[in-house]
Amino acid sequence: MTYARDVAALARKDLLLELRARDTLPAMVLFVAAVFVVFHFVLPAAPSRLETTGLLWVAILFTALLGLGRAFVPEREQRTMDGLVLAPCDRSAIWLAKSLATLAFLAAAEVVALPLYALFFHRIGGATVLAVVLADLGICAVGTFLGAMAVVTRARDLLLPLLFLPLALPVVVGAVGSSVASAPGRYLGFLALYDLLFGVVCWASFEYVVAE
Amino acid sequence: MAATIRAVGRSSRIPLPALAAVSLVLITTALVLVFYVAPNDANQGFSQRIFYFHVSIAFTAYACFIAGAWQAFRHLWKRDPRADLQSYVCVHQGLIFGTLVLLTGSIWAKISWGRWWVWSEDELVLFLVLYLFYCAYFMLRFSLEPGPQRANLSAVYALFGVVLIPVSFAAIRLAKEFLHPRVFTLHGPNFGGWILVTYCVAQVAMLVLAYTLYRVELAGKRLDERLRELKEVFA
Amino acid sequence: MITARRLGKRFGDRRVLRGVDLDLERGGFLVVTGANGAGKTTLLRICAGLTAPSEGTIERRARRSELGYLGHEPLVYRELTALENLELYGRLYRVPERRERIGMLLERFGLWEARHERVASYSRGMTQRLALCRVLLHDPGLLVLDEPYSALDEAGAELLDAQLAELHGERTLLVATHDPARIDSLATARLGLAA
Repeated sequence: MTYARDVAALARKDLLLELRARDTLPAMVLFVAAVFVVFHFVLPAAPSRLETTGLLWVAILFTALLGLGRAFVPEREQRTMDGLVLAPCDRSAIWLAKSLATLAFLAAAEVVALPLYALFFHRIGGATVLAVVLADLGICAVGTFLGAMAVVTRARDLLLPLLFLPLALPVVVGAVGSSVASAPGRYLGFLALYDLLFGVVCWASFEYVVAE
Repeated sequence: MAATIRAVGRSSRIPLPALAAVSLVLITTALVLVFYVAPNDANQGFSQRIFYFHVSIAFTAYACFIAGAWQAFRHLWKRDPRADLQSYVCVHQGLIFGTLVLLTGSIWAKISWGRWWVWSEDELVLFLVLYLFYCAYFMLRFSLEPGPQRANLSAVYALFGVVLIPVSFAAIRLAKEFLHPRVFTLHGPNFGGWILVTYCVAQVAMLVLAYTLYRVELAGKRLDERLRELKEVFA
Repeated sequence: MITARRLGKRFGDRRVLRGVDLDLERGGFLVVTGANGAGKTTLLRICAGLTAPSEGTIERRARRSELGYLGHEPLVYRELTALENLELYGRLYRVPERRERIGMLLERFGLWEARHERVASYSRGMTQRLALCRVLLHDPGLLVLDEPYSALDEAGAELLDAQLAELHGERTLLVATHDPARIDSLATARLGLAA
């Protein structure tokens, strides 16, 4: 399947670029740790599960934004997006590859963040981990898409959080609900539905974001 | 100049002056019905009347956003050259009416529960989220030079908005289970008799008003475009 | 292969192209000239399909896989090596016998020794040569080149001369240049843009 091969080639490129630059991932990890420390001073003495879970997701969201803001910077600064758009591959492959690469970085940051959270605040259950996986998919799919839009505007990294946060709201609800509700199934199902719905919308409309 | 204005305003089937007149009549009728004819609500009394405006404006705002998304879809799919501007004006009207939704909702909350904002009203929270979303639409649009890229990006974002409406609503409903216990519930009046008539008139009035404002703004924007083109020819 | 009528392009209030007609038949070599700001780059971008015109029509009888575009930017990733860049494009363009072709092009343009170095460490001339490798990698039927001689030293320019001579007649070329004298002998048609 040539589509899969295109995605693989592009994702390889993105992963290589980050491994060479070595700036986004360490920044994300450091950021999330620093945010947790800030949370400690902001929360009351014995914070409830709901309070800390909520702040966990705020942390993840803003850490993701950090990474997402950088996603299309090479394509923008070096104008290489033209090169990708001219290639005969399906334009949505560009989005999918970039999403997968961003997902890898976010997951890598969470590998540090989640144990840190468990250490500082509350233990993490299986439902939370599953919620993290599902939420990450949605965050990266939509965030990468919006990142491609934001990067061609004048405002650039000012715009991405504004575009992203209203769309990220359902993810936060689903994720927090999964962690604190007694029956997380509905929330996990909702997250999966969000991923599916917005995944399809992103996949179908990326063409219009990069080509005229 | 006058001829151009007339020509631009005449671009659709219904002439603008007639539309404006109909709007005025409907709004006046609605006002009369709301304040004089409709019966008092059993629980909340006279102040509940803002409900007629709040709900009809809310529905109108949704209609504007959906119309904006439809025009956006036509721009992307059919490449209709007029669709981008029409989509933008629809979204703009939606935002204006959305502002009114938040205002009337806030007034209603103050009247009903003594606070200017309540998080327990799903529809109000949904509107807040959408409001933020569509404000970002404007920031996106104004951050780009006019051209095919701006039109494409705006259209895609408008489509995202319409997908977000039901998803957000579901999210807000889900969130209530772990956020706020259901303390305040919104009861619309029991629809019957004059209440139904009043609401319907108010709703139609709002929709016609929205359409009139849409046509006015569209005519103005099209005039701007024509002026720019003429300036170029003479340059 | 490309037919354009009354092309115009506006960026906001700034008009860049007005009423441009263009005919490029298969096997032709069209040279576009004009001063800075005359719109050569915009015209080539429209021909390559990167930009949509504001007015006019353009018909391009070439698929994306048959098109090779060289713009002002080399369209290579600075943090990747020459080899990695060409590997990426080779995969995306489904180039048959990718490794051999990459090797052959790198050698032809004198970059074989530097193939494992990141493009960021290249000089401008070397980057331009790499861009030429990228354009030729998939052996496109239609080549759109925007000032291909820029940044090339005399040796590089001679390599390009030879390459263009080889392609002449076999492929269709659309070349914008500041220095038309160099390729005038190859041109089958000329288009001058006024600022």
